[in-house]
Amino acid sequence: MVERNTGTRILAHAIMILGTLVVAFPIYLALVASTQTPQDFRQAPVPLWPGSNLWASYSAALTGGTSNLPVARMIWVSFVSTMVITFGKISISLLSAFAVVYFRFPLRKLCFWAIFITLMLPVEVRIGPTYQVVADLGLINTYAGLSVPLIASATATFLFRQFFLTVPDELVEAARVDGAGPMRFFKDILVPLSRTSIAALFVIQFIYGWNQYLWPLIAATSQDMYPIGVGLKQILGTGDAAPEWNVVMATAVLAMLPPAFVVVLMQKWFVKGLVDTEK
Amino acid sequence: MASITLKNVIKRYGSGKTANQVIHGVNAEIADGEFIVIVGPSGCGKSTLLRMVAGLEEISDGQISIGPRVVNNLEPAERDIAMVFQNYALYPHMSVFENMAYGLKIAKVPMDEIKARVDKAAKILEIGPFLQRKPRELSGGQRQRVAMGRAIVRQPQVFLFDEPLSNLDAKLRAQTRLEIQKLHRELGITSLFVTHDQVEAMTLAQRMIVMNGGVMEQFGTPEEVYTRPASTFVASFIGSPPMNLLKSAPDAPPDTIVGIRPEHLDITPSGWALQVEAVEMLGAERLVYGRWEHGSGDELVIIRTEESHHVPTLGSTIHVTPRADKIHHFESSTGKRKAEQP
Repeated sequence: MVERNTGTRILAHAIMILGTLVVAFPIYLALVASTQTPQDFRQAPVPLWPGSNLWASYSAALTGGTSNLPVARMIWVSFVSTMVITFGKISISLLSAFAVVYFRFPLRKLCFWAIFITLMLPVEVRIGPTYQVVADLGLINTYAGLSVPLIASATATFLFRQFFLTVPDELVEAARVDGAGPMRFFKDILVPLSRTSIAALFVIQFIYGWNQYLWPLIAATSQDMYPIGVGLKQILGTGDAAPEWNVVMATAVLAMLPPAFVVVLMQKWFVKGLVDTEK
Repeated sequence: MASITLKNVIKRYGSGKTANQVIHGVNAEIADGEFIVIVGPSGCGKSTLLRMVAGLEEISDGQISIGPRVVNNLEPAERDIAMVFQNYALYPHMSVFENMAYGLKIAKVPMDEIKARVDKAAKILEIGPFLQRKPRELSGGQRQRVAMGRAIVRQPQVFLFDEPLSNLDAKLRAQTRLEIQKLHRELGITSLFVTHDQVEAMTLAQRMIVMNGGVMEQFGTPEEVYTRPASTFVASFIGSPPMNLLKSAPDAPPDTIVGIRPEHLDITPSGWALQVEAVEMLGAERLVYGRWEHGSGDELVIIRTEESHHVPTLGSTIHVTPRADKIHHFESSTGKRKAEQP
């Protein structure tokens, strides 16, 4: 901060606290709702303090309860497909950026721009043909069907390309003199140097994968292959029965935990990567 | 250890009519165990030449041999060379030990031998205490030593240095220069050392290659290069301040540039009449810049003098006489040294 007097400090803190409250309130409300009984929560005014139904709500959510959709299974499906997406994206992007930056092959520029342009189209735009391909391959209701179409990533390729371009040429040459072939250079030098970029991408892609909704909605038709995003919608129900808000909110809270965990865990890496720059 | 032979080495970028030739046929025979410095201004092709020996640049034409082997088509790792880079090129994520051991690990040298070799090199270079540190935790001088250590552990036939001292401060550079000399005496490995700094070149070289515009201007001992420069380029590049090159000295033979080093001009009661334009005090000696107006024009002449009791004043006229046996003659058209008059 440039100004250091008390007035501006109070103002700055007030704005930040207000912002935090705005962001945190819905989450708080979800937590509160998950501890109420369905009847209590439907009454006006909405209760703002935790109730006593916590155990029942969460055990109903985890085992499936009334909607017969166990959250544990959905989290597992989400976790597996998200991990496949995340690791797939990172490894494919690393390799394609490696190819584009370090190898001189015919039509290299064209390849790069082709990757870049085609993949700028989001899943929604190409969802029809993608579904056709996945269905023809018999991948509906499989982990592969949920994750493979989402793996290719122009953003990650571009990010790694930009990073590789900053790696000094001398390092490449030193590795050549040391006798390291291309893949050895990739494995021993380039990937370790990209650690912080990989960590950053891991977080971004994990959340991207976890929050997938539209694609799993059509690629998973059987209940036991629903990821959490789709499942949450199902639990909410569409019929005449009033939603069991405590179970819905408990599910939502459980769905938030893995990405929150990833962010908190990787934050350490971020900071570490930012503090000791290795160049 | 090995000799190095360069036979009509040519480097060009591109091909056909648009080809840009940057090295124009360099020939040199470097004996086993020699310390050779390649020196020249920036853009003269000295680094390119070194990188061709290293195998990092393709050889467009001609032949490079290390020992009995022609290495034109060998990968750098197969040439049995080790290189020290200008910015050291240490792997930032590896410890000093891993940096030094990496090449050996790839060559599948057994671990206990790697350890022994790294320890030995670390002892020579006094970097033993840093072996477990990362490069970023080291000072510039220490990194430079690690880079040298990485070269030493490979026990190569040839050392290649690409301006390894240019990132060090003046004091450290002088110190490292001495250490490189000592190292070369101890290990006796044939070395090629590229620099743009003539002091480095003069002090380190057993023989030096002076390059200009992709052409080897002279190949000789520092003594030869200094006392008998092969061209006006060498005469002006080596030595500070540079040799005076007088294009129109009145008493010179026709088509001749007369060269005389500043320290070979004596202030005398009569001789060339110079008008003093500037005087620089360098401590032990002084540089006097004088303008010599003679029949066919005027020329700036630099004199280096140790005389301290008689300091020329600005604007005054002094007389200087060149030492007859120190005068050089160059062809005006080519700049090449003229054959010695008997």
